[in-house]
Amino acid sequence: MSTINRTVSRWTVLHAVEHRLLIQKKWFKSILLFGIGNPTLYLLSIGLGIGSLVDANTTGVDGVKYLTFLAPALLANAAIQSAMTETMFPAMAGFIWAKTFFGIRSTPISGKGIASGIWISAILQVAFTTGIYWIILWLFGAMDHAGSWLSLLTAIYGGLAVGAVMLFVASLIDHDDGFLAIVNRFVMMPMFLFSGTFYPLTTLPLYVRWIGWVSPLWHSTELGRWASYGHSIPGTIAIIHIAYLGLWIGLGLYFARRRFNQRLAK
Amino acid sequence: MILNAAVDSAIAIAERRIGKPGEQVFAGRPYVMIQRSFLAFKRSAWFVILSGFVEPVFYLASFGYGLSKLVGNMSAAGHPISYAAFIAPGLLATSAMNGAIYDSTWNVFFKMHHGKVYNAMLATSLGPLDVAIGEIGWALLRGFTYAVGFMIVVTPFGLIPSWWGILAIPAAVLIAFGFASVGMGITSYLKDFQQMEWINFFMLPMFLFSGTLYSISAFPRALQLIIEALPLSQAIGLVRDLTLGQVHPGTLWHVLYFVVMIVAGLIFTTRRLQNLFQK
Amino acid sequence: MPANSSEIVIEATNLKKVYGDFVAVNGINFKVTKGESFGLLGPNGAGKSTTMRMISATLTRSEGDLKILGLDPVTKAPQIRAHLGVIPQQDHLDNELTVAENLYIYGRYFGLSRAYLKPKVEELLEFAQLVEKRNEKVEALSGGMKRRLTIARGLINQPEILMLDEPTTGLDPQARHILWDRLFRLKEEGVTLILTTHYMDEAEQLCDRIVVMDNGTIMAEGSPAGLIAEYSSKEVLELRFGSNKNIEAAKALEGYGDRLEILPDRILLYCNDAEAVLEKVNHDGMKPLTSLVRRSSLEDVFLRLTGRTLVE
Repeated sequence: MSTINRTVSRWTVLHAVEHRLLIQKKWFKSILLFGIGNPTLYLLSIGLGIGSLVDANTTGVDGVKYLTFLAPALLANAAIQSAMTETMFPAMAGFIWAKTFFGIRSTPISGKGIASGIWISAILQVAFTTGIYWIILWLFGAMDHAGSWLSLLTAIYGGLAVGAVMLFVASLIDHDDGFLAIVNRFVMMPMFLFSGTFYPLTTLPLYVRWIGWVSPLWHSTELGRWASYGHSIPGTIAIIHIAYLGLWIGLGLYFARRRFNQRLAK
Repeated sequence: MILNAAVDSAIAIAERRIGKPGEQVFAGRPYVMIQRSFLAFKRSAWFVILSGFVEPVFYLASFGYGLSKLVGNMSAAGHPISYAAFIAPGLLATSAMNGAIYDSTWNVFFKMHHGKVYNAMLATSLGPLDVAIGEIGWALLRGFTYAVGFMIVVTPFGLIPSWWGILAIPAAVLIAFGFASVGMGITSYLKDFQQMEWINFFMLPMFLFSGTLYSISAFPRALQLIIEALPLSQAIGLVRDLTLGQVHPGTLWHVLYFVVMIVAGLIFTTRRLQNLFQK
Repeated sequence: MPANSSEIVIEATNLKKVYGDFVAVNGINFKVTKGESFGLLGPNGAGKSTTMRMISATLTRSEGDLKILGLDPVTKAPQIRAHLGVIPQQDHLDNELTVAENLYIYGRYFGLSRAYLKPKVEELLEFAQLVEKRNEKVEALSGGMKRRLTIARGLINQPEILMLDEPTTGLDPQARHILWDRLFRLKEEGVTLILTTHYMDEAEQLCDRIVVMDNGTIMAEGSPAGLIAEYSSKEVLELRFGSNKNIEAAKALEGYGDRLEILPDRILLYCNDAEAVLEKVNHDGMKPLTSLVRRSSLEDVFLRLTGRTLVE
């Protein structure tokens, strides 16, 4: 009995991943459509529309054209959005809407396995959507430096940091009483708007700037700007950016895995 | 006995409608739908609904403060205005549209396909037009609340330079009415959540290109004409005329545009509901 | 006070409903008199629910004639619906509201006043045995409670005709009996009941008169006892010989009863004295694995009429 369980549990995570990928396959067409359609339209509108206003009014933001300045932030944000969707929705579906986790539980897959499974399949998903986004940015000429491709990695990294924490947050919810709307409205939206996304964080007064400092989007964006057009960051600060996002991944996964196990043990 | 008196009344109430216009589709009671929405609202996470007005405020704060430093001043009808004052009406109009679309699509879709609430309503002497007006009425109440909240926050910052600006609140309601009455009819065609995503797919470009955040004069003339024909750019035009106090005869064309949209939308939606539940 | 008047409340003449190529209801005729309890019996897809919706004035007919309380549902739908209480198959309760609010707001849909509804809601909560649950959200109720609430809701406008679509499908036996008890009470009060069911026992318990429907047509009409007398024998002997041996055994049983039906799992012998036939079967050396002697039911009527069982 125990020997069988051990052999199975080694593959536990992969089974959970497979389960997630099977679900995603159905959505592939719309993912592709929205994955390409949305960013293209967004870039045309914001990048070129506002970009032309900004470029006409300034000699460049952070030393580059507005679209080049904006691109790493949009990329980082796209990765975060995608990671959120791919972690929170499966978690809420599994615990609240369809309650599928309580069915998986009776198989040898553990709560920790399910949590890791969701997060790992989110990596693939995030890499895919962010990859498409990066290509579109490149086609728009916003990723034309030698090391620009590195911004793809930093964006995915930032996305996964948020994904890990959101996986934990979603596992705390007992009732779907508009919790997602609150998270979107009071956490995600301010983070998107006040993290130095559309203009350097230093433009904002100090008493608002802290939103950027705690926001994974800002850390991810700073790394992305360094990679994509050579935005200058001192070495120690760069390490802080990386370590801060790493902390989100570590803590998020640790607590998510623990919480999944606890909740399924009930 | 009270009960017998009431038996007469349920039937008597229905018989009073005989001979009135639209007696087949309208019982003259859309307000009971609003009462239902209010009961449901009290039982729901009402904070989530009420706090919705902060979204355009956040946008305005971020773009109006930070981005305006990069963009500089804008001009409207030849007068220079701050970037914040330029985007404020656009954000109000857009949020009126988004709220109305959400209420008339996602909300209605849920009730139609999951709760089957409408099936129960239409088994009573209520008609599809009561349901449509009632649901839209609720969406408008929400739109009105958001618009008032937005104006209260924004006006102290000097972003509504004209007294005409007060009319931006009823204008937001008019805009929401137009979108909600059409949105509900469209929702009646949709079968699953994937199709619901398509609504967003069509809404996004309208939002992005209708001149919320910059003037559409940046676009080629042909594209401008297409954009101007779309309801959101009409909505932004209307609200912007009012908040900036640049009211002129053309402002009335924007109003007329929405009146037509409302009437056409209501006819369309009522027909669809009738087909859906009674054919 | 059971109505002894023969006032006709529903009259269908050559009633037909077509969806594209599919004929859901194919030219049926029936009448229902006031105070009567009238059942539509048939398997899923027989056209029962479609017929119910046409009577409820929520579905327009394709052909034929239909009069509800003398009114045509095509031109007087809202007026007709004011007379009816509709209990749909899937409850359609308002999940966002509480038990009491569901009753109240449904009354408001009819335009009923608050002064009327306040005591009426209390009365119906009592009737549905849901007084303690009044402030619970509907989601928290059991299937049986939801069903009782739906019936109570259908009574809010004091209807003359109650339309019940599969009233007890999916309920456990105890919940069914509670419901039947409530429906009996309404029948005693003189409410006309129209119900669909695919349970024979329910039809036998509740209905004065039944039409048996299959593929959109009416196969037979009458009282439960009358239909059994007309289409079946007094008693039935059920024999099981084991799944592979039934057909072979049936050949040997030819002539033992008035009639014989072979089902996948058993053989039905229709006769007047099933005990005697069973004795004869045993005496003649046939060895059924199990045997059952019972009275004929509407199930047998349906089998006779369509060659199929009702619940498969």
